Amino acid sequence: MLNWISQVVALTGFNLRTIPQRMGSAFASMVGIAGVVAVFVAVLSIGHGISRTMRQTGSADVALVLRAGADSEMTSILVRDDVKLIGEAPGVARADGVALVSPELFVVINLPKRSTGTDANVPFRGVEKPVLGVRSNVKIVDGRMFEWGKNEVIVGRGALIEFTGLERGKTIKIGQNEWTIAGVFESNGGLEESEIWTDAAVLQPAYHRGSSYQAALVRLASAGSYDEFKDALTTDPRLNVKVQRMTEYYAEQSRTLHLLITVLGTLVAGLMGLGALFGALNTMYTAVAGRAREIATLKALGFRSSPVVISIITESLLLATIGGTVGALLAWAAFDGYRAATLNWQSFSQVTFAFDVNTRLLVEGIVCSLLIGVIGGLFPAIRAARLPVSVALREG
Amino acid sequence: MSNDTLVRLGGVEKTFRRGSEEIHVLHELSLEIPNGEFLALMGPSGSGKSTLLNLIAGLDKPTRGTIEIGGERIDQMAGRALAGWRARHVGLVFQFYNLLPVLSAEKNVELPLLLTSLSNAERKRHVANALEIVGLSHRAKHTPRTLSGGEQQRVGIARAIVSDSTLVLADEPTGDLDRKTGDGILDLLQALNREHGKTIVMVTHDAHAAKRSNRVLYLLDGQLSTELAA
Repeated sequence: MLNWISQVVALTGFNLRTIPQRMGSAFASMVGIAGVVAVFVAVLSIGHGISRTMRQTGSADVALVLRAGADSEMTSILVRDDVKLIGEAPGVARADGVALVSPELFVVINLPKRSTGTDANVPFRGVEKPVLGVRSNVKIVDGRMFEWGKNEVIVGRGALIEFTGLERGKTIKIGQNEWTIAGVFESNGGLEESEIWTDAAVLQPAYHRGSSYQAALVRLASAGSYDEFKDALTTDPRLNVKVQRMTEYYAEQSRTLHLLITVLGTLVAGLMGLGALFGALNTMYTAVAGRAREIATLKALGFRSSPVVISIITESLLLATIGGTVGALLAWAAFDGYRAATLNWQSFSQVTFAFDVNTRLLVEGIVCSLLIGVIGGLFPAIRAARLPVSVALREG
Repeated sequence: MSNDTLVRLGGVEKTFRRGSEEIHVLHELSLEIPNGEFLALMGPSGSGKSTLLNLIAGLDKPTRGTIEIGGERIDQMAGRALAGWRARHVGLVFQFYNLLPVLSAEKNVELPLLLTSLSNAERKRHVANALEIVGLSHRAKHTPRTLSGGEQQRVGIARAIVSDSTLVLADEPTGDLDRKTGDGILDLLQALNREHGKTIVMVTHDAHAAKRSNRVLYLLDGQLSTELAA
């Protein structure tokens, strides 16, 4: 065994020392693999970024109440009496004797994107005073909160970055009304940052919604109060609602988008990976063909076939690892934290998010490059192992 | 048959297939090579000289017949065992030296020793000894491209003897060298045979080179047609 290992080490050492002689093809192979991994990591970081945005929006001690049968805020409706009953349910947190229930109205408006200049759907949310007690991650970072009862809005940081005309102090015209931007808010990268908020009481008449809302967010006394709260609402004959933890709701909201991006990203990276695989195969076939006589000589001297195979795969793996690591680091440097917006299929509005190139993705990218390296080295290695020594010595 | 026979081939046939055509390279060939002999194999191109040498080296297998080296039937050995056997018992010298260009002379010579259990220090000692025998101690650190053809062949010979194999098989060892340099290589092979007791089988086209051997065999159309004393 020791002898076999020393053969592998020796042969791998010889292989690696020949790389400078065929730097061109080795470099091309590494660049190809780096490209695949960079694309793979970058595309999948979109899905991870969206998931992170959704995760950071949710909180286990906040419940979302929608009309029974609705699968999103878009298709839900609640009336003022519903909201009142929700606030009276057990398990609801209170501040200064007021139930922390945030009835919210959700409409979609059109604003031009900075990147393309074309209009895109932006969520415009009407909220009431308890909202900051329920969505406690929201902080005003520039300017001030809008004044209740006035045509004023605050805009999320993501919306400010992605869409034109949302700077503090500016006025935007939506429908027949003009709205002044009073401030900018953040929510630790949560979904709210994609939105524009105003007073629900101002938004309702502007969109002819009467006194209706679409959802109610409820801060619970604790995460453990959820079951009690849910049971109370779903068994109350006066209500026809469904209750979900906010975390579950946003996990569902991001599932389709995440899946779509993951599938597309994997498909694109897979196709590119196929190209890189042929590049790696070509590099290693060239290496084997160019060194046929050397390999045959080593086998003639008594080196066995399996160390030859392992040494060639090791070389291929090394090239792939270098390429993969460079690609992953490039993706990290270029895209981690890069902000973008895409359509959330559940709300038909734009969700702004930051690409999330995390450790898991980097590892997956490098594993992907290792796979290309193994396959790219395996077939040339088998060819080298099967090389008839006497023929290769004569013709090599 | 002498008990001192190192190489014994009995009824060896070698056939290659090219498409549907069968090419008979060696026909019913029998040969005995005593321990300590310097044998030259001559013959025109395609006569089967190199094929015969490859069979003795265990680089190829006969279609029929037996090959016994030092009492071991190598024609019955599997590839892995044969590789190990080659590493222990055979030294190979090639026409074009077949040195690894990225390795220095001493590292090239050390290659067969990597297949043994010798320690690093023991390997270095063996390598130094082999390089001294071929007169290249002063060029130990040089890579093949900085060595002349004759020097490269000496490195090749040092590699063939470094593991102290009794049998040295040389395929056209002077084929790529000028007469003067070739003579130096032949002197070295003769010294290995006479002073170090190596059994040498040398394939050559060159009658001048063949004269340095103890015995010359002529191969013609796959058969040992003539046997002449050198």
